[in-house]
Amino acid sequence: MKLTRALPLATLTAAVAAASQAQAQTEITVATVNNNDMVIMQSLTEEFEAAHPDVELDWVVLEENVLRQRLTTDVATGGGQFDVMTIGTYEVPIWAERGWLTPLDDLPEAYDVDDLLQSVRDGLSHDGTLHALPFYGESSMMYYRQDLFDAAGIEVPEQPSWEEVRDWAGQLHDPGNETYGICLRGKPGWGENMAFVSTLVNTFGGRWFDEEWNPELDSPAWQEAISFYVDLLDNYGPPGASSNGFNENLALFSRGNCAMWVDATSAAGKLYDPDESEVANRLGFAPAPVAETPKGSHWLWSWALGIPATSEKKEAAETFITWATSKEYIELVGETQGWTSVPPGTRESTYANENYQQAAPFADFVLEAIRGADPTDSTLEPSPYIGVQFVGIPEFQSIGTQVGQTVASALTGDVTVEQALQTAQRATERTMQRAGYLD
Amino acid sequence: MTTVKTKTLAGDGQAPAVSVLRTSPMRSARTRRLGLTVLGWAIACLIFFPIFWMVLTGFKTESAAIADPSLIFSPTLESYIEVQARADYFKFALNSVVVAFGSTLAALLIAIPAAYSMAFLPTKRTKGTLLWMLSTKMLPPVGVLVPIYLLFRDFGLLDTRTGLVIVYTLMNLPIVVWMLYTFFKDLPKDILEAGRMDGASTLQEVMFLLLPLTLPGIASTGLLSVILSWNEAFWSLNLTSSNAAPLTAYIASFSSPEGLFWAKLSAASTMAIAPILVFGWLTQKQMVRGLTFGAVK
Repeated sequence: MKLTRALPLATLTAAVAAASQAQAQTEITVATVNNNDMVIMQSLTEEFEAAHPDVELDWVVLEENVLRQRLTTDVATGGGQFDVMTIGTYEVPIWAERGWLTPLDDLPEAYDVDDLLQSVRDGLSHDGTLHALPFYGESSMMYYRQDLFDAAGIEVPEQPSWEEVRDWAGQLHDPGNETYGICLRGKPGWGENMAFVSTLVNTFGGRWFDEEWNPELDSPAWQEAISFYVDLLDNYGPPGASSNGFNENLALFSRGNCAMWVDATSAAGKLYDPDESEVANRLGFAPAPVAETPKGSHWLWSWALGIPATSEKKEAAETFITWATSKEYIELVGETQGWTSVPPGTRESTYANENYQQAAPFADFVLEAIRGADPTDSTLEPSPYIGVQFVGIPEFQSIGTQVGQTVASALTGDVTVEQALQTAQRATERTMQRAGYLD
Repeated sequence: MTTVKTKTLAGDGQAPAVSVLRTSPMRSARTRRLGLTVLGWAIACLIFFPIFWMVLTGFKTESAAIADPSLIFSPTLESYIEVQARADYFKFALNSVVVAFGSTLAALLIAIPAAYSMAFLPTKRTKGTLLWMLSTKMLPPVGVLVPIYLLFRDFGLLDTRTGLVIVYTLMNLPIVVWMLYTFFKDLPKDILEAGRMDGASTLQEVMFLLLPLTLPGIASTGLLSVILSWNEAFWSLNLTSSNAAPLTAYIASFSSPEGLFWAKLSAASTMAIAPILVFGWLTQKQMVRGLTFGAVK
């Protein structure tokens, strides 16, 4: 081939190669749950791809429990199917310890890692290093019907106690008009009834395990807490409370069927939205009630985005997770979706934002609740585990669910509280023995 | 026809004792038939009701979907629009079609020769082999999830249609072999022998005698396999992520423990079952013919 001919050809080849290089996109697979905040994130895909033309997003959206199983299988076998995983404060430390997650120790300065709420950061760290970035965070608090409280002349103190809550529930319980004194979670599951029950036990002075990992489910504190819970719901709760989880109670409260409800702070945005809630304009907020101790009286949870160690596209994945948890993202959601829709509970700057303060009068409560929840010190007596409403060990999923079922059967009246706790204690002992914590 | 009508008239009301005696066998047969028809419809309605309710819910707004059940509401396409905006239905549907039909074809290709040899050239181990094949269906699939996941990882089959086709083929193979075996067994051996006498090779025997004669049976077996693969959710959820995910994964993405989702889930489910429902209607005749094939000898 003559040089005169070869030259243009070579130029052309080079140009084509360069062009294809410029178009070469990294496609990353993001696994997430089907909660409202994540649906918004998915709907903003185009904004992300416009800002980062070299990264393309592929979504896998699943229901929480299905996703958890799916991700665990993949990460435990090193399947490498996902580049970004949505996981919670329960998984992050356990997975990080096993080396399943990419440590995020060198985040860009613009990300402003110090702006992240400290307790959430701690919850997502292992050995002091972040292993996932918080997408949203939540604690628990008490919602009540201002109109009913005003009519009955009840004033809610800055920090209500469970005893007061019981008295108010008695005063306001009016089943004839389908208004029940209090709604609480009863549906069995470690993330359902046990999330609430664990905080109740904490504030009654109990704990899941002593420092030698001996279960303490038959202790007086557990007895007292569970009896209180069962009596409260039996006397002043809605019918069929044992099948109510977060969603069911949210529907009940927003239709005006509950005078009080103690649950996730993330419900506030929905209850405050007049399109979704009939009680939007008569809503009161208070910190989660306490009994013996304020320690562990409200939980801490965060959905976070992590990068599995098996991902081959870590750089692109990090670009995405720093975008989705950034200040700019929160700003973007606020402007496009309305400020009550921004993912709460992750950054100090969100709470300093005037737009958010104005749109969300509950903001300060939420911030205080999250700041005040300490997963490393959530029980009156010292405990060996991390986590407020859960125990940060792999065995807890099965223990929590099993105990949740026995607590629910005490609630339905199938067994007494004492029997339920004995059964729970024995089952937990067995699991802990098999797992090698006990001799 | 006319006689029946006359009898109907005669049988109505308080007929004299003689007439009752005369018509009673007829009447009781008629009442029984009527009773059976009513019962059949009642059971059919009972089975169909959840599907009907799901279709209805898909046209409600989210708040109407969780409110007290009601048949009166103003229908809206809101959920359908949102469902389509969130995930591309056609991508999932195409995967479902490819995987369901691909695995059925593969299963039939393997099962026809297997069933042929078992039906026409049985050995003393045939019964045992058949039972052993069926026993693989007795294990809960989650028991082999991790080994299969590891194999798929090493062979690069995770999130591929090929991978799903392989799993579904293996999953349906025992049922397909069993069904074909019973259909083949009902075919008189003499017909095949006659073919052989005329000089047909084994392949010709299968192609020109066995297959045409048992076509209704093969068709209904294939249909069953398509439906089973279409509805399979465990493997499709666990072995795919985004590229090969079929409609079952699509439905699963609309369920949520937080917030309202019933209308969207119903809309997605309606769209997911629609193709197979239409397919079922179109092939209903073959299904019924196949299922009753050989029942009357």
